[in-house]
Amino acid sequence: MKTYLIRKLLLLLPLLFGITLLTFTLTKALPGDPVLSLVGERAQPEVIERIRQEIGDDRNIFDQYFGYVKLLLQGEFGRSYYTNRKVFDDLLLKCPNTLKLAAGAMLIAIPFGLVFGFISAYKKDTFIDNLVTTVSVAGLSIPVFWSGLLIMLFVSLRLKLFPPSGTGDIRFLVLPAITLSLPAIAALARVTRTTLLEIFDMHFVTTAKAKGLSEFRINAVHIMKNALIPVITIIGLDFGSYLNGAVLTETIFGWDGMGRFIMEGIIKRDYPVIMGCVIVGTLIFVVINMLVDIAYHYLDPRVRLHEDSR
Amino acid sequence: MKTAGKISLLILLAISLISLLAPFLTGYNPDRIDLDSLREPPGFDHLLGTDNKGRDIFSRILYGGRISMSIALTAATVSMAIGLFIGLISGYFGGKTDTVLMSLVDLVLSFPTLLLAIGISILLPPGIYTVMIAIVAVGWASFARLIRGYILSLKESTFVEAAKALGCSHKRILLVHLLPQCIPLLLVMMGMRIGGYIITEASLSFLGLGAQPPTATWGSMINANRAYITTAPWTVFSPGFMIALTALSFNILGDSLQEKYGVKIKG
Repeated sequence: MKTYLIRKLLLLLPLLFGITLLTFTLTKALPGDPVLSLVGERAQPEVIERIRQEIGDDRNIFDQYFGYVKLLLQGEFGRSYYTNRKVFDDLLLKCPNTLKLAAGAMLIAIPFGLVFGFISAYKKDTFIDNLVTTVSVAGLSIPVFWSGLLIMLFVSLRLKLFPPSGTGDIRFLVLPAITLSLPAIAALARVTRTTLLEIFDMHFVTTAKAKGLSEFRINAVHIMKNALIPVITIIGLDFGSYLNGAVLTETIFGWDGMGRFIMEGIIKRDYPVIMGCVIVGTLIFVVINMLVDIAYHYLDPRVRLHEDSR
Repeated sequence: MKTAGKISLLILLAISLISLLAPFLTGYNPDRIDLDSLREPPGFDHLLGTDNKGRDIFSRILYGGRISMSIALTAATVSMAIGLFIGLISGYFGGKTDTVLMSLVDLVLSFPTLLLAIGISILLPPGIYTVMIAIVAVGWASFARLIRGYILSLKESTFVEAAKALGCSHKRILLVHLLPQCIPLLLVMMGMRIGGYIITEASLSFLGLGAQPPTATWGSMINANRAYITTAPWTVFSPGFMIALTALSFNILGDSLQEKYGVKIKG
């Protein structure tokens, strides 16, 4: 367990190194003065001076890189070329919106994904099972930026049930959250189905049946307990992948989160914005994945033993 | 599932065929702007209507199909080749090599695909090759992990022992004895991954990081026309339908290959 934790934490270092190296190279590769491109043309002279000291050309490349990382750690992500606002401040404003969207999508995905998965597994090889399986493959194959547009067209522009785009109260959240939840429902239903079918064949289920336990007890205690661990893990891991979908969904629905922020950055070639989003997005993704991984190892003794004996 | 697999294979062949034969199937130049026929609904002149610049959507879909298909197939083949190589070496030699290579795989797999792709595509100029590189940069890792696991389980089997006893070199064991065993697994994995690559390619094009205008790709067609969704929904509908149909067919094909070869791949 301990070695596992350490191994995971050690992995975080090269990852952060990789991503900062990428963005650092980019700062250097951009045309013009890298210092000015980091802070913006209209920055105060003392800020320019401070940053020039950290990553200025008069120092060797390693010192420059470490200076850059030091600036990042201080929350100095540079300023947007267009608004001249600090990228870090904007990220602080937009990050909660993305998390809200992801949480909303998750609240929809979990019940639906689980219920479909359960139905499908308990009714294996029936019409319903085939239907659920096919629909979930479809759910994984439809790009969210297309399903989002269709949902927007029918639900909000034709039926006028919800506002088509914007940021605000829960009414604005419903459609993007539904859109973002579709692939997650599909993935969750598939995993739940496979997990349950595997468990049905396991010896302890046969034993429980042989002991004459009631059908209800077998299902509620023996099967559920074992099925929930992998399913919970998938839910957690999926939370990270919502970030990918959020870039597209937020763009479609004009939801003012990190996804739309990065998309606007891409369109305007606003490099400090793109870099800030990539760094923070990757960090969130990695940290969530790591926490889920650790929780998984903590929850499931079998995995723990397996890892330790490796 | 067997018939579903066959049908999806047929659909994929049909999509590839009409994309390849695009010049014979349509009289329109996909990039020719015609300001006299902006956003015309589907009809006899334009089978699927025209877009916001009066370009024929049907021919743009056919030519866009070339790009989507070739990016996805090339990216899958290159990912597979790199993953196979790394997986074979890592699984067969084990020890330090294995630790280093698998840490690298873990590292790559912990990046969010789309964000990494966005990072790569600002470093390189946006375009077809950038999309391929972005997909391969993440894609090879899952192939490597899969093959490595499989080789680990094969390494101890008698036929490898026998080959070693006969004095075969490592190279011969890897290429002649172990590699052919991996082929079904690779096929299944390819089938399962390409659908995702189609979607990634479409997403990157949608974000404006793929092939640059006026070149048509399914993703960029949706982005360029999404402002007109109320008045001209056909401009957005058909490219999205093609993305979904292609990805779906690959995914179903992958599922049925998995069933056919009796291999199980998680995720």
